Amino acid sequence: MEGTLPPERRGFATDRPPDAIRRYSEAERLTHWAVALLYVALFASGLALFHPFFFWISALFGSPTTMRILHPFLGVSLAVLFFAYASRLWRDNLLLPSDRIWLRRMPGYMNGKDETPVEGKYNAGQKLMYWSMIAFVAGLLLTGLVIWRPYLAPSFGMTARRTAGLLHAVFGFVMFVGIGVHFYAAVWTRGSMRAMTRGWVTRTWARYHHPGWYRRMTGKVAE
Amino acid sequence: MALESLDVRRRSATETTSPSARSSVEVAKLIDVSRCIGCKACQAACMEWNDLRDRVGETRGTYQNPPDLSDQSWTLMRFREVELPGKGLAWIIVKDGCLHCADPGCLRACPAPGAVVQFSNGVVDFHEENCIGCGYCQAGCPFNIPRFGARDGKAYKCTLCSDRLAVGLEPACIKTCPTQCLSFGAKADMLRLAAGRVRELQGRGFEEARVYDPPGVSGTHVVYVLPHGDPALYGLPREAGISPLVTLWRSTFARGLGVVTMVSVLVAGFFHWMKVGPVDPDRRADRKEE
Repeated sequence: MEGTLPPERRGFATDRPPDAIRRYSEAERLTHWAVALLYVALFASGLALFHPFFFWISALFGSPTTMRILHPFLGVSLAVLFFAYASRLWRDNLLLPSDRIWLRRMPGYMNGKDETPVEGKYNAGQKLMYWSMIAFVAGLLLTGLVIWRPYLAPSFGMTARRTAGLLHAVFGFVMFVGIGVHFYAAVWTRGSMRAMTRGWVTRTWARYHHPGWYRRMTGKVAE
Repeated sequence: MALESLDVRRRSATETTSPSARSSVEVAKLIDVSRCIGCKACQAACMEWNDLRDRVGETRGTYQNPPDLSDQSWTLMRFREVELPGKGLAWIIVKDGCLHCADPGCLRACPAPGAVVQFSNGVVDFHEENCIGCGYCQAGCPFNIPRFGARDGKAYKCTLCSDRLAVGLEPACIKTCPTQCLSFGAKADMLRLAAGRVRELQGRGFEEARVYDPPGVSGTHVVYVLPHGDPALYGLPREAGISPLVTLWRSTFARGLGVVTMVSVLVAGFFHWMKVGPVDPDRRADRKEE
């Protein structure tokens, strides 16, 4: 579909159909992937500190001490980028009455029945993911700050540091489940990954997964 | 750092058995608080042998100097004034430092393999070249002992002079104590000596005198004789033990649960894909065209 690109961009390959709909802006995509890369580095280094079996991961960071020093700085970077991004999405993620129906039929959808029509830009599953990620990033940030040596940990009491250490690990693993579901859902619903890598979705994708959003974007009614 | 390498009981963050071809008798340092005159010879000897020099501070109105343990001060005479009901004022001087627990919280908490090592003689030693400076040992310690170097970010504490023990010498503080407040030897011998001291103190009117060898950490390799009994008078925890929060956090159970959680996510994703396959409206043959 080279016709959709300006002549000076003819060298950039794309299979974007001319009637594709933009779902994620450049800024959203870049922020999303910066957060994703930071998350991978954070989970890997956190795992190395949690379980001796995975301590070898620390070598990928140069040395175990380097990894320990880097981990909190990466964490704060993730939190800053994540909350900057998330603060722009809260309105689209408010739960609506129709989300109840979607959730009730989610097991059916996951087992091969067609998806219940979605009213907004995000379905109920995505919305719950959004709010739980806000909770987990906030929880990991706060507990992480309490155990951040040498800068902040010394000013907290030992009970606070012990509690924070335990909770940090719990949040880390529960968040891994969330990120796992998030990643799998993106792969499972074909076209979603492309929305986050290239920015656009096909009209069929939009009509099927987000008919309400499709109507708002195009003025057309989805069948 | 120590010279022992074949008689290791446990290493931090290590799940396989440590080299343990040799084993040696369990040792202990006995601190009889009733005999301490607060001369700080042990503090000076510790600095001397370990070649440590703490920062010159300022006086805070007590004889306690430096004010706290540090990466340069591995033992410290703590001067305390307490009111004893019916007995009046007591000036209590306690030699503070690592107690070398049989069940060391620092070792359990440490995420760096071999940064904390426990030898078969009971010494718990920090190997700073493996230390990553995370501070978990502080969270694990029931006695608030480990301290970090400001420049290197590594944890330090009393080694029980493991380097001296390895060549058959007694710890430096023991060698220098002028009042036999400090004794060193096999733990069994030290407990016998301590029991005798307690009997002697009770005979002199210290009815509450007792030995401090807290069972919450399976006993320690630094044992106190406390003439007034109550450990709290000496700044020691009455019920010493590793915090249950740390025990849970660093337990095999928690580690296993973490791994099971991770693996479950991968397995669930894999089998869901195999059962249902992807959702792909773009490739559905029966879809209606606009």
